[in-house]
Amino acid sequence: MSTLSAWLTTATPASRAQARAGRFYRGTLALLANPLAAVGLVLVALLLLVALFAPVLAPYAPDAQDLAQRLQPPSAAHPFGTDQLGRDILSRVIWGSRITLVIVALAAVTVAPIGLAIGIVAGYRGGWVDRVLMRVTDVFMAFPRLVLALALVAALGPGIENAIIAIAATAWPPYARLARAETLTLRRQDFIAAARLQGASHGRILLRHILPLTISTVLARLTLDLAGMILIAAGLGFLGLGAQPPSPEWGAMVATGREFLTDQWWVATMPGAAIFLVSLAFNLIGDGLRDVLDPRSQGR
Amino acid sequence: MSTPLLEVRGLRVAFPGQEGLREVVRGISFTVGCEKVGIVGESGSGKSMTARAILDLIPPPGRVSADRLTFAGQDLTRLKPGERTRLRGRRIAMVLQDPRHALNPVMTIGAQLAETFRLHHRLSRGEARRRSIEALDAVHIRDPERVVRLYPHEISGGMGQRAMIAMMLAPGPELLLADEPTSALDATVEAGILETLDELVTARGMGLVLVSHDLDLVAAFCDRVLVFYAGRIVEELPARDLAQARHPYTQGLLACVPRLGERRRELPVLRRDPSWAAS
Amino acid sequence: MAVASEQDGLAGLTEEEPRAHGALRRLLGRVLSVIVSVVLTVFGLLVVTFFIGRVVPVDPLLAVVGDRAPEHVRVQAAVELGLDLPLWRQFLRYLSEILQGDFGNSVLSGQPVLTDIARFFPATLELATVATLIGVCLGVPLGVLAATRHGRWQDQVIRVVALAGYSVPVFWLGLVGLLVFYAELGWVAGPGRIDVVYEYSIEPVTGLMLVDTLLAGDHAAFLDAFWHLILPASVLGYLSLAYITRMTRSLMLAELGQEYVIAARVKGLPERLVIWRHVLGNIMVPLITTVALSYAYLLEGAVLTETVFAWPGLGLYITQSLFSADLTAVLGATIVIGLVFIGLNLLSDLLYTLVDPRAR
Repeated sequence: MSTLSAWLTTATPASRAQARAGRFYRGTLALLANPLAAVGLVLVALLLLVALFAPVLAPYAPDAQDLAQRLQPPSAAHPFGTDQLGRDILSRVIWGSRITLVIVALAAVTVAPIGLAIGIVAGYRGGWVDRVLMRVTDVFMAFPRLVLALALVAALGPGIENAIIAIAATAWPPYARLARAETLTLRRQDFIAAARLQGASHGRILLRHILPLTISTVLARLTLDLAGMILIAAGLGFLGLGAQPPSPEWGAMVATGREFLTDQWWVATMPGAAIFLVSLAFNLIGDGLRDVLDPRSQGR
Repeated sequence: MSTPLLEVRGLRVAFPGQEGLREVVRGISFTVGCEKVGIVGESGSGKSMTARAILDLIPPPGRVSADRLTFAGQDLTRLKPGERTRLRGRRIAMVLQDPRHALNPVMTIGAQLAETFRLHHRLSRGEARRRSIEALDAVHIRDPERVVRLYPHEISGGMGQRAMIAMMLAPGPELLLADEPTSALDATVEAGILETLDELVTARGMGLVLVSHDLDLVAAFCDRVLVFYAGRIVEELPARDLAQARHPYTQGLLACVPRLGERRRELPVLRRDPSWAAS
Repeated sequence: MAVASEQDGLAGLTEEEPRAHGALRRLLGRVLSVIVSVVLTVFGLLVVTFFIGRVVPVDPLLAVVGDRAPEHVRVQAAVELGLDLPLWRQFLRYLSEILQGDFGNSVLSGQPVLTDIARFFPATLELATVATLIGVCLGVPLGVLAATRHGRWQDQVIRVVALAGYSVPVFWLGLVGLLVFYAELGWVAGPGRIDVVYEYSIEPVTGLMLVDTLLAGDHAAFLDAFWHLILPASVLGYLSLAYITRMTRSLMLAELGQEYVIAARVKGLPERLVIWRHVLGNIMVPLITTVALSYAYLLEGAVLTETVFAWPGLGLYITQSLFSADLTAVLGATIVIGLVFIGLNLLSDLLYTLVDPRAR
């Protein structure tokens, strides 16, 4: 253990992998030193476990109806109560964690490449390419995200795939801005000039030199944004534009609970609390990460 | 110099660092009467921190302790924070280094001066404005009626520092600390600023502590000199005797100053001995 | 720079003629670049909405005539819309229609979309404005408190409160609010803008219910409108509070170490004045931008909040149009919200010039 931590914290790493592992280790330690971020990490770890072991953890099948047991308040048999079709809300919330994770993961892996591609091309080429791409970015930033996502889903039709497309299409502009700014500082540096003098093509410079250096910033920024994506996904679900019934998507579950709000409060409250908790967990991590990544905030 | 205006005994300032507390001022003692005292030393020797500690302006993680810290016979360490605040400006003031940063960029010179006058003298707006213009006139700013309407970025550094002096003298303090008041300015305006400072301090019979890294300036301007090294006072002597300084560090500092009409192959490098800091 | 005397700096300033000339040119240049930027952004906005309306859907006619229209109606509509023309000519037509204020007709109401929007917009304006007021009045002091108590428990508590505001699904918060404060406690009025009793007695002058009831001199109606507004406005205001608190905190932290803050303390200024007059004066410009952005951000939150509270604003208009597959109406409202967004950005830019003496 001590040799491992010595290997990780050495001031003279022997390889790039060791340097990276060391930086990651120190960053993780700094993150864990922040109690709020640690709470966030624990919550997200729990979410991952719950999603992974949903079949084991859920006491009932998510769509098992039992009309005799409809709209039951929380009890030992149904800790979160049952909905209008007698389905166990706890089981549905547990299974719903998978949907939330899938939406967020797919949106994230779509957004990052789009943002990176536009950003590094704009920053590297400069000139009119840069101006046009940044103008397009500005236009997308001129829309409130949810409204644009709504309009897109309205045109594409409701459904989980279209919700993901809408989230990705509205979330990329900040990443493009970020990647462009990084690229601008990189492209004047000597090692880029050296690569070019050696005859490297533009594509090679972009892919092998600039992309690896910008990707970490973009990924860090992405973790700050995951909570926002969860909320937009849940909002679309609530409006009936995301995952369609009977799928146990949390936002859609809140929407069905609306009808029973005054008399059967648990139907809407429980899945909503799940959204809140998961989004808060991501925000706590993001907030801690911001402190770790921002050198100015250190020691303050 | 019967009862000193300011008496400092065993003043310490420390900041928490990665390896525990790091002391930047390490137990210094001196007194200031109605005289001009110079504090010299390199960057990081604790000069500014001493001045700020006297005013209770060390930012939060920093800690200040002193065996004795009195101003005009009043024990500052026993004062409540509010009473300490009331002492600032009214009795002890400080001129900061760079007027470009030390004047509020979004308030006019007049507003900043008038604010100080109204705070300490309960004046009407018009009266405060009139006094502000007088104060700018007293620090030899030409056309003060115009300058009161200007913002800090619209005036030169020298004028800014004059305005700063006017502002700090407005409440009529008995002691003025000047923390490198001319080092951010052009060398050409330095003499004028110091002349003005001297004129006003002498006329009001105030005490002045001039913090500087410029030995010549301190020697010419002050009555007494304290030489700081690594958070300690290594030598204290009358300014006119500076040339006869005994401490090797002071001698080293003096030797570094190039003189007109002198030929040297290269400037000497300052020799530092860890034992000076330990003593 | 070897200036002979510092007073020369003043002499330089007295030559006001060339300086004013330069300032005017700079101002003109800025105005011009702002105009160009706004025009290009609006153009881009219309390209996007055109794209969403005509290119993305499998059947653009569906949004115009509905799914049960007979064939001859469809053909006629297709010709009217110019769907037989090449795409760029369709776009030019779209552009000229929008610029003439013709956003198409709503399927749901059968009226021009712009007329509908004019009817729904004031409710959103009222809601977002009151919410922003709540956000500013609470968010700025909280941010200041967090910054001045940096790292202490007050800072941590405020951090969690703000992060919770970032994390809470606004539609759920609205429902919980209705459950607790309306259904259980009965402190506030339920969904809608005003009780049915008053609904037809109040003449819509400005469209802002609080103002209209006051203009009508109907005290009871005003109170009723207020109790309807307070819950949705608080829910939205919490989002705005979260954002404003965090921005105020980080802006304050950046300023607190500045020399002028120390100078203000040296003068003997009490901490209260140092913070609220000197520091706040210096962060006013970015703070205004923050408030403008949060206002724009609320338009987004309004879509969900209005749905929950049956608040007849633009957000409810959008969602209702969505359910009836009325793409024309959705896109019309999207354009309007986009324009408000651009306008708010422009406004904060202009205010910047007014507030900061260094920008003049």
